[in-house]
Amino acid sequence: MDHVIAALSGVFFTAAIYLLLSRALIRMLLGMVLLGNAVNLLILVAGRLGRIVPPIALDGAKAPLEGAANPLPQALILTAIVIGFAMFAFLLVLAYRAYQSLEADDTDRMRITEPRGGPKPPMSY
Amino acid sequence: MEVTPDIAIALAVLLPFLAAALAPLIHRLVGDLSGWVVALVPVAAFIALWPLLERTSTGEVVRVAWPWAPSWGLELSFLIDGLSLVFALTIAGVGAFVLLYSGAYLKGHRQGRFLGFLLAFMGAMQGLVLADNLVALYLFWELTSVASFLLIGFDHTRQAARRAAIQALVVTGLGGLALLAAGVAIYAITGGWALSAAGDLKGNAAYPLLVGLVLLAAFTKSAQLPFHFWLPNAMEAPTPVSAYLHSATMVQGGVYLVARMTPHLGGEAIWNLTLMAFGGATLLWGAIAALLQTDLKQMLAQTTLASLGLLMLLLGAGTELAVTAAVLYFVAHALYKAGLFLVVGAIDHGTGTRDITMLGGLRDPMTVSFIGTIMASAAMFGLPPLIGFFAKEEMYAALALGQLESLLALAALVLGNGLLGAIGLALLIKPFMGQLLTTPIEPHEAPVAMLAGPVVLGLLGIFLGFIPALVGELAVAPATSAILGVAVDTHLKFAVDLFGPAFWLSVATWVLAIGLFLRLDLARSLLRRLATTIGWTFDTGFDWVYFGIVRFAGAVTRLLHHGRLELYLFVVFVLLVVAAIGPLWLMDGLPRGPQSLDLRFYEWGLVGLAVLGVGTVVYARRRLFAILALGVQGLAVALLYLVFGAPDLSFTQFMVEILSVVILALVMTRLDLDSADPRPLEDWARDGGVALLGGVAVTTLLWAVIEGPFDLRLSTFFNAHSVPIAHGHNIVNVILVDFRGLDTLGEISVVMTAGIAILALIRGARRQRPVEVVPAEPQPQPKRRAARKAAP
Repeated sequence: MDHVIAALSGVFFTAAIYLLLSRALIRMLLGMVLLGNAVNLLILVAGRLGRIVPPIALDGAKAPLEGAANPLPQALILTAIVIGFAMFAFLLVLAYRAYQSLEADDTDRMRITEPRGGPKPPMSY
Repeated sequence: MEVTPDIAIALAVLLPFLAAALAPLIHRLVGDLSGWVVALVPVAAFIALWPLLERTSTGEVVRVAWPWAPSWGLELSFLIDGLSLVFALTIAGVGAFVLLYSGAYLKGHRQGRFLGFLLAFMGAMQGLVLADNLVALYLFWELTSVASFLLIGFDHTRQAARRAAIQALVVTGLGGLALLAAGVAIYAITGGWALSAAGDLKGNAAYPLLVGLVLLAAFTKSAQLPFHFWLPNAMEAPTPVSAYLHSATMVQGGVYLVARMTPHLGGEAIWNLTLMAFGGATLLWGAIAALLQTDLKQMLAQTTLASLGLLMLLLGAGTELAVTAAVLYFVAHALYKAGLFLVVGAIDHGTGTRDITMLGGLRDPMTVSFIGTIMASAAMFGLPPLIGFFAKEEMYAALALGQLESLLALAALVLGNGLLGAIGLALLIKPFMGQLLTTPIEPHEAPVAMLAGPVVLGLLGIFLGFIPALVGELAVAPATSAILGVAVDTHLKFAVDLFGPAFWLSVATWVLAIGLFLRLDLARSLLRRLATTIGWTFDTGFDWVYFGIVRFAGAVTRLLHHGRLELYLFVVFVLLVVAAIGPLWLMDGLPRGPQSLDLRFYEWGLVGLAVLGVGTVVYARRRLFAILALGVQGLAVALLYLVFGAPDLSFTQFMVEILSVVILALVMTRLDLDSADPRPLEDWARDGGVALLGGVAVTTLLWAVIEGPFDLRLSTFFNAHSVPIAHGHNIVNVILVDFRGLDTLGEISVVMTAGIAILALIRGARRQRPVEVVPAEPQPQPKRRAARKAAP
């Protein structure tokens, strides 16, 4: 089953890369969300999958049950989900503000800092 | 107190740097007297170095070393032998007069800084000629280039000065790199950084390379053809700089390097003939170009080129007589050329012009300058019994009987010396004799501080001419021995052999010089016409190369830094594919692939749902539809977390997905966006290809990972210790808040920073558009709160 979820992560990557390469801001934002999920799945699979049983020690037990899922990738992913969301919120507002200020959502038309043809090298001493 | 060699070296090399740092302060304290004060620095060095002459004249080599970076086998080592001492004494001696002169020449014009630069240069130059360690040699070499850059560009508001400064830095910096490469090569061959221990390198396979690198360094520094053009341009610097750096000392750095390397590299035809060819060409070029000029300083600059070429030619000839002549000529040249430059500065200062055609009859208003010029010009003309005369006799004697190349060199020498003699006459007669011409300023004599240099240096030139035997014994023979690597006895004496070929060649030189002087105006107009016909100069060639490089750099920058985000990302993802698959491919680590697909039906269902959601996100034509599909795939992922034993992830993912979809939907309804994908078909295919490759690459990598061995130690540790140590039953939570609590703190900081940034963006919008309704206002609050809540 690990192979299938790994392949699923690959599908997420494919979609994320495709969307990120589009020049439309909102599509790129969607791509970022998919990329986050793709990476989270990657971490989960790299830590090997376990079925149903969460890594929780029952009352009185000193350790989780035999065969419980690996807790380490879960801890990493939990952090990643939250940071991913913060990132998403920030990018959304940034894209929104960029659209307001530049009246463009095509990254090829956002060229205030990198004008077309520039920068010209200094041709004097 | 006895001055030991290490104290002498500290005084010569380190004290100038210290004084350079203090120079602005000194100028503030003593004002116009600062020239007199800082001149004490080279005087101290001179006095400390002087007694060593006695030791080096017996062939003794004094080596001083301090530990520098012992773990790399580096020591800051200096070496005093006949050669380095002659150079060091010249640098200190001329330096004292130049500093004194600068104090008067640049009254009030940022004098503190100027004297600081000059002192720093002095320290670097002393380090250059005294260093034995190759790394130190390279560092001092580059420091002299930097000091030269600062001094040429001292008047940085003028474009010509900036250009000259950059040109000098680029050309000499090129040579510096060659010297570095040569130093590293010598280290690689000999295993040590001390040049004195390098021994004979002629037998090595890298010998031609070493010769090429060393000569490139020497030719750029000493302005040999075809790198000569920077030196006349460097005359943009204030006159004392021209006298010191670009005549007496820094440009002699290349000559010094050639002399220093002669025991290690000299003697083969490739070394000797290259030096003679380039030196001879530079000699004639400079001497002829000097005729072309009417600016006194430019005339001197071109004759300096000629003199540098002459020295290279003599070192290339490499016989005992030739090297003796080179050392003698170096001393004579430093004395008379520095004196001439200083006089030209005094003329400029006293009359307001340096154009030789506008000057005349200055002998009465500027009598002392006139006397200084007589002495310097006589040395340049090579009149007996000045030291310049003996230098010329030596070089003619060295080459008079020899092979074809010696005779060619001899012809070049006679012609070159004749031209230089003509210039020497012109410098004396045109400005000082004849009618007094009106000049921009009423002609007046310069102050004592500016006259001390020309007069004392001129007198020295005469005085040394009367004691050639002593000069030979104390300075010339030890230096010649150091260059040739064998003990040499002096043969100089105060006598003229009236029947030797050398004397008659001198006579021929004088006749040639006088003849040329009488036809100077004709020669100048002819040469001017020739130069106009050619039209191209090495100087414009430099501009081509320089701006060619700038244009090339601009083109490369535009190619790499094109400002198209999707292309930057394209490169990133292509590299991701290469990095993920490449090593696996090359090292036979490609995975076997799944042996069985033991997924339960509901797991298949969730995977299918996720794929469906993702596909819809990509293909949806309507924004809202895409956002809903985003929610679907997020939900599927959340459920997958649940079935694979990660309920905490599942709950967090649920919350985050719901919030994301709601916020996105709210924002999207306020934006009037084109829903079509802006990409043309070929981009679509290209991006699709990269995306597909990326997915395959990640899958392959991940398969290779899960088929490999697995290290469970960390997880086992957390499982075993969560309850006993941290008293927590949910292992994931214990890891987050206890074992890796600091990570979580960092995570919270990230979320907070994002919240602040969002707030700033929205507040910024409000401030920029105070009149308009702000559509984004209700959103920041839920978003930030949501972000905080989501943090576990």
